[in-house]
Amino acid sequence: MNELDRLVREADIIVTAGSGGVGKTTTAAVLSLEGARAGRRAVVVTIDPAKRLADALGLEGLTNTPSKIEGPWPGELWAMMLDTKSTFDDLVVKHSADPAQAERILSNRFYKNISGALSGTQEYMAMEKLYELHSEGDFDLVVVDTPPTRHALDFLDAPRRLTRFLDHRLYRILMTPTRGLMKAANVAAQAFVRTLSKVVGAEVIDDAITFFTAFSGMEEGFKHRANTVFELLSSPSTAFVLVASPRRDTVEEADFFARRLSESGIAVRALIVNRMHPRFGEGLPEATRERARTLAGTDIGALYANLADFRLVAAREEEHLAGLTERVAPAPVVRVPLLRSDVHDLDGLAEVGTYLFDPAAA
Amino acid sequence: MDPAQFFAASRLVIVAGKGGVGKTTVSAALACAAARMGLSTLIIEVEGKSGLASLFGNEPLTYEEVTLAPGGGPDGAAEIRGRALTPDDALVEYLRDHGLSRISKRLVSSGALDVVATAAPGIKDILILGKVKQLERAGTADLLILDAPAAGHAITFLLSARGLLDAVRVGPINSQARDVLEMLTDHARCQVMLVTLPEETPVNELVDTAYHLEDRVGVALGPVVVNGLYPTLAGLDADPEAAAAAASTTLRAGEADALRAAADFRRHRIALQQEQVERLAAELPLPQLHLPYVFNADLGPPELDELASALLTAIDDLHESRR
Repeated sequence: MNELDRLVREADIIVTAGSGGVGKTTTAAVLSLEGARAGRRAVVVTIDPAKRLADALGLEGLTNTPSKIEGPWPGELWAMMLDTKSTFDDLVVKHSADPAQAERILSNRFYKNISGALSGTQEYMAMEKLYELHSEGDFDLVVVDTPPTRHALDFLDAPRRLTRFLDHRLYRILMTPTRGLMKAANVAAQAFVRTLSKVVGAEVIDDAITFFTAFSGMEEGFKHRANTVFELLSSPSTAFVLVASPRRDTVEEADFFARRLSESGIAVRALIVNRMHPRFGEGLPEATRERARTLAGTDIGALYANLADFRLVAAREEEHLAGLTERVAPAPVVRVPLLRSDVHDLDGLAEVGTYLFDPAAA
Repeated sequence: MDPAQFFAASRLVIVAGKGGVGKTTVSAALACAAARMGLSTLIIEVEGKSGLASLFGNEPLTYEEVTLAPGGGPDGAAEIRGRALTPDDALVEYLRDHGLSRISKRLVSSGALDVVATAAPGIKDILILGKVKQLERAGTADLLILDAPAAGHAITFLLSARGLLDAVRVGPINSQARDVLEMLTDHARCQVMLVTLPEETPVNELVDTAYHLEDRVGVALGPVVVNGLYPTLAGLDADPEAAAAAASTTLRAGEADALRAAADFRRHRIALQQEQVERLAAELPLPQLHLPYVFNADLGPPELDELASALLTAIDDLHESRR
């Protein structure tokens, strides 16, 4: 049994991280499918706006609640696309003192902007959803995809970062005038707000003040929750899996994520490298290229030139991966070749699965 | 089309595409191609750490402009410069230019920009685009190439001006948004070049993005760049053993299989790519510029040069295919 096999059988949560275009979403789907095949109740959560998971699972569209995918496996397979805004809405309702407070917040324009667009909100909500799915107990395995940005792991700074926004100095500056405290000391602050209003427009500032006023009292609940989520993420039953392609830039991104995780005291449990070029025989690229040069102008020369091209790519790809492999050690590195076509059905996922879970047979 | 004419179509070219399709490489190759045509070129990076500078063998870009390629040389190329724009820097500069330098430092250092940006999303984008507009107006270079954020964000990024006109109805941000929108929708000033790989998902996303940008932003779309096409090689159909015999050479043990498998692989990938190229042409009526896959996966100045040549040839061919 390889490490990935073990993870889909034993982990409670698997988080996939990596840059865009490396097949991260597909990988998350394959891991959850394998969980279902191993008899577990598995759910995959994606936040990829490209809806690629929907393609991969043959679903027409996902909603913020998991939908079940029927198939010939002993466990269960569920999938959902994270709706950042409605997850945030739910959270506001949950933490608000009464329905009126919730309503004041939900209808505020500033809130609407935060819940839809504040950088970091998506990551935060993904983790919130993960926590919810895990703690409600309907699933044995929750696989969660992260957004394809460098900020994907910013939630690891929880709760400092998650609540940074609410702790903000400007927040206090904006809030103080309405609290009417320490008027004299606030002359400077109010001048600041006035200038700010001149730049961005008074409406914007008014919206923000209304929001913070309505939100008042809910910060503690949010902070507490952020702490709990972070504890879950750093527990041994949560596994972080890095996904990369063998190009230099995506390897560098994966390396960035690996460092980021290690700074938070979290180990990478596996590195999956998609889109590997195949290796044809054992010859060295330079020697093959030399053969091609000697035989230039003939068919066999062209055949050698072609072989040299692919041997060069394969060698470069391995060079790119060398440092990262060392960094994530002892986590295994699992290689998936360039596939014939994009994955958009369960058979396609199963094919990727053969490379992930049964490299010998692939 | 004459490349000189091609690059004269608009002073600003925004290069956009899904992550991993080689947007940054294409931006750099475009810059090299334009510089070879004698146009001084400024590459603008907006997302930080795109690896653009390293393609030229340079340190990562900063807000201060640097020279990426000095130009001159035997081919008389113009200079290529580069800089990275961040919302914070753009804001400080903007406020300073508008007599508000006292507030600017505080706005950035207190992190208040984050809050303001949340109050009216798109403010960060408009700060950057506003700076781009200023550079475009000032004629700081013959050609500005903006390496845009990756796909989904590119649409939001370019839509920010329209969104802000609604959210902030008065004041400097409003007028900034108005100016930016004017630039984006003026086809003589700005065009967007979309980049894709000849693969299913990237092609699908490119088609979606193209229609979004045209309908919702109103921006002009230039040719689509299809990146990473395996160059064809004549002779791949030959049987290795027969071909070796014909050239009076012998193969080592197992080599025939490796040669055959590699040839099959390339033929197969080329066929798959061709399908996607044709599908793209059928779904999106825009001319295409094709760039070869670079087998030496470590891109540097020599590879950029190769890609720039390929671009210039492809631009030349645009003309012929239209006639």
